[in-house]
Amino acid sequence: MTAPPVRFYQVGSFAVGNRLLPDDDQTVQSDPNRTNSLDSGHRACQGCGEALGARYALDAAMRASEARLVAVNATGCLEVFSTPYPETSWRIPWLHSLFGNAPAVATGVAAALKVKGRSDVRVVAQAGDGGTVDIGFGCLSGMFERNDDVLFICYDNEAYMNTGVQRSGATPPAARTATTEAIGEEPGNVFGQGKNLPRLAMAHEITYVATATVADLHDLEEKVERAMRLHGARYLHVLVPCPLGWGSASCDTIRVARLAKETGLFPVFEAVHGKVTGVSAIRHRTPVEEYLSIQTRYAHLFGERPRTDIISRIQSIADRNIAEYQLLADDAITVEPEKAET
Amino acid sequence: MDLPFAITLDVGSSHANRTGSWRVERPIYVDRLPPCNDACPSGENVQRWLYQAEPGEYEAAWHQIVEDNPFPAVMGRICYHPCETACNRTQLDEAVGINAVERFLGDLGIERGWPLPPAGKDTGRRVLVVGAGPAGLSATYHLRRQGHEVRLVDSASQLGGMMRYGIPSYRLPRAVLDAEIARVVALGVDVAFDHTVEDIQLEREAGAFDAAFLAVGAQLAHRVDIPAGDSSRVLDAVSLLHRVAVDDPPLLGRRVVVYGGGDTAVDAARTVRRLGATDAVIVYRRNRDRMPAQRDELEEALAEGVTMRWLSTVDRFENGHLMLEKMRLDASGFPEPTGEFEEFGADSLVLALGQDTDLSLLDRAPNVAVEDGVVTVLPTMMTGERGVFAGGDAVPSPRTATVAIGHGKRAAQGMGAFMSGKVLVDPTRHGLAPFDRLNTWYYSDAPRTKRHELERARRQSTFDEVVEGLTEENALFEARRCLSCGNCFECDNCFGVCPDNAVIKLGPEQRYEINYDFCKGCGLCAEECPCGAIDMVPERI
Repeated sequence: MTAPPVRFYQVGSFAVGNRLLPDDDQTVQSDPNRTNSLDSGHRACQGCGEALGARYALDAAMRASEARLVAVNATGCLEVFSTPYPETSWRIPWLHSLFGNAPAVATGVAAALKVKGRSDVRVVAQAGDGGTVDIGFGCLSGMFERNDDVLFICYDNEAYMNTGVQRSGATPPAARTATTEAIGEEPGNVFGQGKNLPRLAMAHEITYVATATVADLHDLEEKVERAMRLHGARYLHVLVPCPLGWGSASCDTIRVARLAKETGLFPVFEAVHGKVTGVSAIRHRTPVEEYLSIQTRYAHLFGERPRTDIISRIQSIADRNIAEYQLLADDAITVEPEKAET
Repeated sequence: MDLPFAITLDVGSSHANRTGSWRVERPIYVDRLPPCNDACPSGENVQRWLYQAEPGEYEAAWHQIVEDNPFPAVMGRICYHPCETACNRTQLDEAVGINAVERFLGDLGIERGWPLPPAGKDTGRRVLVVGAGPAGLSATYHLRRQGHEVRLVDSASQLGGMMRYGIPSYRLPRAVLDAEIARVVALGVDVAFDHTVEDIQLEREAGAFDAAFLAVGAQLAHRVDIPAGDSSRVLDAVSLLHRVAVDDPPLLGRRVVVYGGGDTAVDAARTVRRLGATDAVIVYRRNRDRMPAQRDELEEALAEGVTMRWLSTVDRFENGHLMLEKMRLDASGFPEPTGEFEEFGADSLVLALGQDTDLSLLDRAPNVAVEDGVVTVLPTMMTGERGVFAGGDAVPSPRTATVAIGHGKRAAQGMGAFMSGKVLVDPTRHGLAPFDRLNTWYYSDAPRTKRHELERARRQSTFDEVVEGLTEENALFEARRCLSCGNCFECDNCFGVCPDNAVIKLGPEQRYEINYDFCKGCGLCAEECPCGAIDMVPERI
């Protein structure tokens, strides 16, 4: 007997795999023959969100490009832990650039491939938040403006982790880093706009901009595949918790990322030509305390004298995001991205 | 040199770097006992058969049920489903509708004619089973599977015991009962109807039985002395249900009072409604919270127009007038009389005040200990008399068919061990899988599918089955709501979330393995396992 179509599959689309789903609907990560673009033996910390995010994204890109892919990698954690001479963890063609010029190198790779007539080979560039929002921003903005055929992926762990947790333009307010100590009346990083790179990328009106987290694999893979179907400059911003720099337990990496989304602090959305076309709705709205209190970079907010004033300022950031991106299920934007692309 | 695409230099792989040496804790896969399995009095592996039903492998699921319980279609109707009460999903939204899925599978088994597993190879041992209710039939089934010869005797003229003569047909259609009993008998059973065993020892010796199983039930209505005039119609619920079952319903009049608060009282009141009574009133001495009847059954009875008279006892019944005394609960919840009386018009009174076991067949078995009217048994279900086992309503336990089926299975194991001179060894049980081991984020929100109930007006006057079964689509939905507490269901989460690719996917039904050469012991797999099937244990250093 053939089972009738039942939409509900026990774990729905939340878990990595599902034995009840047809093969076509399975994630790349559930495939025992996935590329494992970033392989075992790398020296990332226990529970590293960036190592996980990079494998998720690049394995999806490998499937989308039918294994015709070149990755350019800025200096940073991801490069350092994956390629100590003479070893490499990469199982894809991979180029190491300077800290700041990965977008320019990727532009060059794309141009060279074009000259050689290799339209089948696709180019991905990747960097941490430091290499993206600070040091590499000039090159990246140029890459966007020229609309070079590169998918740029930023793995955002909200500080310079590799060099000892210094603040970056993506460090959130009140977070403790080595250069924003938890001292004084306003401990941790300053409250301010920071550099919201997804918004900056949207301002360039490039083909495709999206955010994602390592907590929602299905969403991340869909976004990579969508980006790979398009040409021109595309930007994907993936939140990757850092157990070392955030002071979260190594087993909590995914939980922290999930809470970042569920609190509204990290809006997960996609945008086509500068317009938001879809958001991932919050499933269980959660107060920011739950997110902050499991990270020691915010420990100073929960001491003997809890800084409820600061916590409520952070909550208002989350509330603003929820209102601005319409993150609650009832009013979430549901434009079909496929339609928006045309 | 054969290098991969676009690679120009030969490089060493990071596989040379065995990051497993960083580990202080290691993940290990475990299996835990799900609460449904733990709660099932028949010892069904509920989670397993739900797992098999999920992809539509109904026959495999059905076979998994009948490993323990030969009556899925019957129990899918009349079981009080302790599995659902225990279900961890109640803490998320609502319990999985296990009972409804069991019924769906049971009905499918009858429709498709799936046979029970065959009888075992003949052992030459002979067992006498006294009583063909759920306990006796279950024991018969399990004994036949072990290859023992069974003589099944019952004082009634049809098999089924209380499933036939106690449970009304609107809850258990007789065609379903007949079909499932016939499957057991088809395994080759020597059945004797209308045969009352007067003396167990005599009968056992006469037939040279190696063991005997007493499953005589509790067929005698518990009598209380209620003064009643000559013209007053008083009968007990056991006889009422029995007479309805054999199509000889008594005349009760229009206003009928049922006295008692158990399941039998509710069954009697609902039956009385169907026999044409305009008023069916249950009189119970305590209140609703303390009523032992199953909540679902009471709800259905109230919906059918049965009314309740709480905190009342029947004092006397004369000439169509029932005298009720009002009660109040004392501090410990025990009802005490108030001395206030109230008259109540009634044509007949049905007593449902409990049932007793007729143990006269044990008069010449002095070693069998009887306490509070029931037989004392060891964990193997053996009585004080070697080779004489007992189960069902005749031993101390909740008097439900599910419990009786469990007793039958347990006694069959006990008898098998006894007859071969072995000691019954219980399989080791895994630790329980409580709700707090689950990572419920991964389960979709999905409220349960309710079974339809017959239109109220229609059901008051007929004995048609009240609760309808699930459609296949609903049954699949319901089975897929299972959280698989404590046992891997191969969702690939551990395989996906490992930042070090240190989880190996072994393929369908083979689950996963950890590659300890590279596992750094971060614990993400254990944390993100939806069903709590991974433990982190300290590494021995």
